Amino acid sequence: MARALINVPRKARRGEIVEIKTLVSHPMETGYRRDNIGNPIPRDIISRFVCMYNGTEVFRADLFPAVAANPFLSFFTVATESGTLEFQWTDDQDNTQTASASIEVE
Amino acid sequence: MSEVLENLRSRTLSALLLPALSLIAPPASSTEIPAAQKQSDYESMSPQTRAMQDDDSVNPGMFWVLDGEERWGRKDGSSNLSCADCHTSESMRGVAARYPSFEVESQRPIDLQERINICRSRRQNATPFRYESKELLALSAFVAYESRGVPIQITIDERLNPFFDAGRALFETRQGQLNISCAQCHDDNWGKRMAGNIIPQAQPTGYPVYRLEWQELGSLQRRLRNCLFGMRAETYPYGAIEYIELELYMAWRANGLKIETPAVRP
Repeated sequence: MARALINVPRKARRGEIVEIKTLVSHPMETGYRRDNIGNPIPRDIISRFVCMYNGTEVFRADLFPAVAANPFLSFFTVATESGTLEFQWTDDQDNTQTASASIEVE
Repeated sequence: MSEVLENLRSRTLSALLLPALSLIAPPASSTEIPAAQKQSDYESMSPQTRAMQDDDSVNPGMFWVLDGEERWGRKDGSSNLSCADCHTSESMRGVAARYPSFEVESQRPIDLQERINICRSRRQNATPFRYESKELLALSAFVAYESRGVPIQITIDERLNPFFDAGRALFETRQGQLNISCAQCHDDNWGKRMAGNIIPQAQPTGYPVYRLEWQELGSLQRRLRNCLFGMRAETYPYGAIEYIELELYMAWRANGLKIETPAVRP
């Protein structure tokens, strides 16, 4: 299954503020629900998201059980130089999912 | 709310009068939505939910479409065939707009999910997917996605007629402890509010849909079960002919509206 959808402008002017949109596939099970025979469904959420721009952290978010399934995050950064944006989602068990996108700055 | 109640009351009244009137004229379903007012349920959504559906990089339904695309090319079953070995994905354009359609072998209409499962069991010699399974939803979403923008085009021929009539009857018959019919909400009172939510026309243009309430993709049958449950009526088991009949009537009712799969709905 495709795990993440990333939307980063392919090109940007130096100094331009660009919007980055990320969508990741995850059930975000709260841990507060029970199944149809009454057993608690264990918590399974992404708890941290980090975006690195050429190795520098530009955005970080902590996620909690109230966040819906398939979390969508949109944020802004300043296009400083051409390079790669790396995205990392970390769940409660420290499993990570990664994705990356490149941006050309002129 | 009082407006809705009034409408329900007037409907009850007309139901009482109907036997008398039917002696004079055949009972016309005067409540059907006029063609000019027919609209996708997208129109009654909030701007935020619309934005989610409009942008494929934001629409979570795309996870299932992409998964379906991958499965389309995957060989399976003892025939060791993939969907792509027989069909091009381009040839799927418009297919979803013609379903449910009549299946000769079983002599009854089938929906897109059943079509996929029939292909699996007869051509691939694989076990059919379970209803609402990730696999079946993904493949249905991918096939229906290929028809995005194609207007729904259902023609009711003689073979489909009895099923169509049964579907319409189901749609218009009061049922459940609340004793209401689908038509009372979706034909007579669409656009008004019930418990704060806008009542949509119930046009099945975007199935399988990503429903925010479910936080995942689901089929029209799942949605119908929700409605039946809400009416405090008994739900039919998945795959029951009653769902197919309802799906057939609803698809015909939506003729001309464009396929939006994967739609996002509240």
